[in-house]
Amino acid sequence: MDFLQPTSWTDALAARAERPDAVAIAGGTDVMVDLNFDRRRPGALLDLGRVPELREWAAEDGWVRLGAGVPYSRIIEELAIQLPGLAMASRTVGSPQIRIRATVGGNLGSASPAGDAHPPLLAAGAVVEVQSAARGARRIPAEEFYTGVKRNALAPDELIAAVLVPTAAGPQQFCKVGTRNAMVIAVSAFACALHPDRKTVGTGIGSAAPTPRRAPDAEDFLAGELQAAGLWDSRGRLPEELARAFGERVAAAASPIDDVRGSAAYRRHSLSVMARRAVTWAWNDLREAA
Amino acid sequence: MSTEAGTRTTTTTQPSGRVGDSPLRPDGTLKVTGEFAYASDLWHDDMVWGVTLRSPHPHARIRGIDIAEALTVPGVIAVLTADDVPGENAVGLEHADQPVLASEFVRYEGEPVALVAADHPETARRAAQRIHVEYEVLPAVTDPRRAMDDDAPAVHQPGNLVRHLTLRRGDPDATAPVVVSLDFEVGMQDQAFLGPESGLAVPAEDGGVDLYVATQWLHVDQRQMCLALGMPKELVRLHLAGVGGAFGGREDLSVHVHASMLALRTGRPVKMSYGREESFFGHVHRHPAWMTYEFGAERDGTLVYARARTVLDGGAYASSTAAVVGNAGTLGLGPYRIPNVAVDAYGVFTNNPPCGAMRGFGCVQAAYAHEALMDELAEAVGLDPVAIRQLNGMREGDTNITGQVIDSAAPVAELLQIVRDMPMPPPADTSDIRSRPGAVGNTTHGEGVVRGVGYAVTYKNVGFSEGFDDYSTARVRLEMTGGEAVATVHTAAAEVGQGLITVEQQICRTELGVERVVVHPKNTAVGSGGSTSASRQTYVTGGAVKAACEAVRAVVLERAALSLGRPANELRLDGGKIVGSSGEVLVGLGEVLGEDAVEETVEYRHRPTHAIDPETGQGDAHVQFAFSAHRAVVDVDVELGLVKVVALDTAQDVGKAINPDAVVGQIQGGSAQGMGLALMEEIVVTDGHVRNPSFTDYLIPTILDMPPMQVKVLEYADPHAPYGVRGVGEPPTISSGPAVAAAVRAAAGKPLRRVPIRPEHITGT
Ligand SMILES: Cc1cc2nc3c(=O)[nH]c(=O)nc-3n(C[C@H](O)[C@H](O)[C@H](O)COP(=O)(O)OP(=O)(O)OC[C@H]3O[C@@H](n4cnc5c(N)ncnc54)[C@H](O)[C@@H]3O)c2cc1C
Repeated sequence: MDFLQPTSWTDALAARAERPDAVAIAGGTDVMVDLNFDRRRPGALLDLGRVPELREWAAEDGWVRLGAGVPYSRIIEELAIQLPGLAMASRTVGSPQIRIRATVGGNLGSASPAGDAHPPLLAAGAVVEVQSAARGARRIPAEEFYTGVKRNALAPDELIAAVLVPTAAGPQQFCKVGTRNAMVIAVSAFACALHPDRKTVGTGIGSAAPTPRRAPDAEDFLAGELQAAGLWDSRGRLPEELARAFGERVAAAASPIDDVRGSAAYRRHSLSVMARRAVTWAWNDLREAA
Repeated sequence: MSTEAGTRTTTTTQPSGRVGDSPLRPDGTLKVTGEFAYASDLWHDDMVWGVTLRSPHPHARIRGIDIAEALTVPGVIAVLTADDVPGENAVGLEHADQPVLASEFVRYEGEPVALVAADHPETARRAAQRIHVEYEVLPAVTDPRRAMDDDAPAVHQPGNLVRHLTLRRGDPDATAPVVVSLDFEVGMQDQAFLGPESGLAVPAEDGGVDLYVATQWLHVDQRQMCLALGMPKELVRLHLAGVGGAFGGREDLSVHVHASMLALRTGRPVKMSYGREESFFGHVHRHPAWMTYEFGAERDGTLVYARARTVLDGGAYASSTAAVVGNAGTLGLGPYRIPNVAVDAYGVFTNNPPCGAMRGFGCVQAAYAHEALMDELAEAVGLDPVAIRQLNGMREGDTNITGQVIDSAAPVAELLQIVRDMPMPPPADTSDIRSRPGAVGNTTHGEGVVRGVGYAVTYKNVGFSEGFDDYSTARVRLEMTGGEAVATVHTAAAEVGQGLITVEQQICRTELGVERVVVHPKNTAVGSGGSTSASRQTYVTGGAVKAACEAVRAVVLERAALSLGRPANELRLDGGKIVGSSGEVLVGLGEVLGEDAVEETVEYRHRPTHAIDPETGQGDAHVQFAFSAHRAVVDVDVELGLVKVVALDTAQDVGKAINPDAVVGQIQGGSAQGMGLALMEEIVVTDGHVRNPSFTDYLIPTILDMPPMQVKVLEYADPHAPYGVRGVGEPPTISSGPAVAAAVRAAAGKPLRRVPIRPEHITGT
């Protein structure tokens, strides 16, 4: 097995194009597991750890451009204000050791329905920037990026450059259910983002469908009800029934399965509870901020 | 973790390191810094690697095995099947019913079928995939409750019953004014030791083999290996390698015969080391249990009768199922006074993974049932959970359900009182996300959270029971080295992380009055130390070391008496000197010993136990009982079914704390393991297939799941045991889980008759 170590983004893209048999490796916390279990034996590993561009983030008018190789530990430390939902999700990933290695780019690369970065990216309306040597860069909205169980929209000659996440204009929340209080793969997860500037609501559901997905019905329903009741402007209390109805719509958007981690029925139930609670916290944060 | 061990401080290191002190363990720092050499670190310059091909089917007939293609893989040195087993193709702890390599049938998923040795582990793995086994898949018995049905396929001839224990005492048909009953189910727990199975077999010039391996009992391994290899024990030598935890999972053989076969065939040292996934298939698990219990009581709560029916899933091979049934039956009603009893405990064969020894051994499962039922009874008669247990709790001098008199301390009521009186934890700190149910998952900011408190108490036999010849051997030598008196202690008793090496040193220091004690590497060059299980090593091997020291001391003092012209019984050994009755130094040890070494080897036996009556289950089955109680405090998010254990406090009688730090360590670890079964640890088996053979989905508690503990250690000496010790390791694993389950029931207001309790059990979705 060859080990390719480009030291620039251009070289990385060139290597990606030249070696279709290579597997990209960032933190390696998914790739090395696959190698250890002999699930993959690629002809080469394309190490992205020495590509400086990937390990940077920058604020660009209303967006944070987060390099694919920024590890969770840095998101927690450096981006809790700008990207609160993603920072909260990052906090739940694995253990301290994993958070120091593992990256959002890797989470997107693996595209597991249980990946914790996905729900907040969906809720925030993030865009994935991918690039190839041949065709240059293109931008894929997060919700179009996940194409199936552990499949994504990346072409074979492309790498993920960055993810562009709108800087939070309002409160965000992330909740994750696991059967242990730390170091656990999500049984179900939910993220929501309030966008008071646009008077819209964003959602993201994890571990409860073949791909991470939004709950568009729930988003439209809540935004509309808030509008109808004049709550976006008055910042009055969020009626409990509204939060509950929102939770039910989130649960209805899921298509969970029974597996060793939990039952489909529990996944749906827990989503309705998490969504109700999370949106209430977010709304209360919004009111306090007013 | 904050701890309180009786009146002792548990953090200071006593320089002298005698019995009752807590000297630092030699392996402690190495383990924390990652430098300890575990069996998986074994290395030999010209070694090759062995791997095992395992059955993908829970039950199948082997029609043929074609190894030709595997042999062509470059780097492959040998491929072996059942035909290559040199001796008898049968091993087993209690019954030799398990093939070394499957020949005609495979009876569980993961059963070893063939072996490969190659110059690289990956080559060996790839070659194993090129062994073509033709299987005829057979119907599998996977529901143990159906295993005894007439129409169930037989896993073994003549049938699927491993053991049926019947126990009848008093009037088995007694009636009572208050009756409570329940069904309880316990899932399959794994020992989840951190160091997977590993060993290195080195062929010797005399035609024999030296096996370096992580195990719990070198001599029981040796016995089975000799039969399977067809070799006398002089040629099958075992050496203990660094053991990364055991908990019962290393009582049965793993790589032993396989690595030795490959080494003898290839003439090369062979290393075998399982990965985590293979480890889940490479050792037995705790028996899942299905239990139906009924208690009858007076209106004041005094027990009148108890009836219990327990089915334990033994899986495909016998392992220690019969002995586990023995415990689940004879100890299955807990530490209570019950005049009229009818118990039926069954262990059965199925095509599920083999089950055998695990910390708590049959008592763990039973405790969930009797403790849940005790809470039911409390409710029925209007008592609180502590009062009902104190009312019915065993006392010294009582007779248990097998008719055995409890002839030393049985402080059930006191242990319960201690845990009840311990300070309660403060209300949840809602400012710290980690202290809420769901922790960093951020699932509640206080919504749905209900606090619950639960109690449980247990008693567990220490040592091997039912007439087993349970002994240990120790060889102790005293000599002068470089002007200093040095004792060397040699036993074959396995150090698996519990701290036995330190205990052996402490005993030698105490008995021989020397500072320096060398612990000889553990191997089969000395007699059996018995099993590192059943909470028995400090008692039995500790007893052997003490006895060997006494024998050495007697010789030394006799010599000193001769030269000093004083009676030996007026002399003592202290600080490397012979001292008189008032402590005056009479002569140095060097002058008495000169160039000589005094060496004695002693076999130590505890009081004999006895088989129980086959019809009534009556008899003095056990040698000693150890008691513990737990109080659990939990916060449950009842809407999401998530649990945060806030406190898990305990009191335990250890007879005598030889090493108080080690005692508290055992209690903390055992409590965590017990809590794990209550809340998360389960090997999920569907149709005979293990669905979660990894630490991704077999969850064990983390630091955020385990609360700080208050630990109270009582020391009521057992007059029959060396120093008065009582086994320590298992009781915490038994009473912790049921206390947690009770606390969750109290918070959730649901019966919750199965562990591990899953979130959906609490929410009902
Ligand atoms: C013990 C443990 C605990 C874990 N816990 C969690 C958890 O709680 N939540 C969770 O979501 N995940 C968890 N994971 C999984 C893993 O940590 C995450 O998926 C992580 O985000 C992967 O990031 P990485 O940088 O390590 O990816 P890698 O393993 O390096 O790569 C993962 C995939 O992405 C591809 N890839 C990486 N970077 C790029 C790029 N720039 N362009 C194109 N493709 C790329 C790789 O080719 C590979 O297919 C855990 C893993 C372990 C080992």
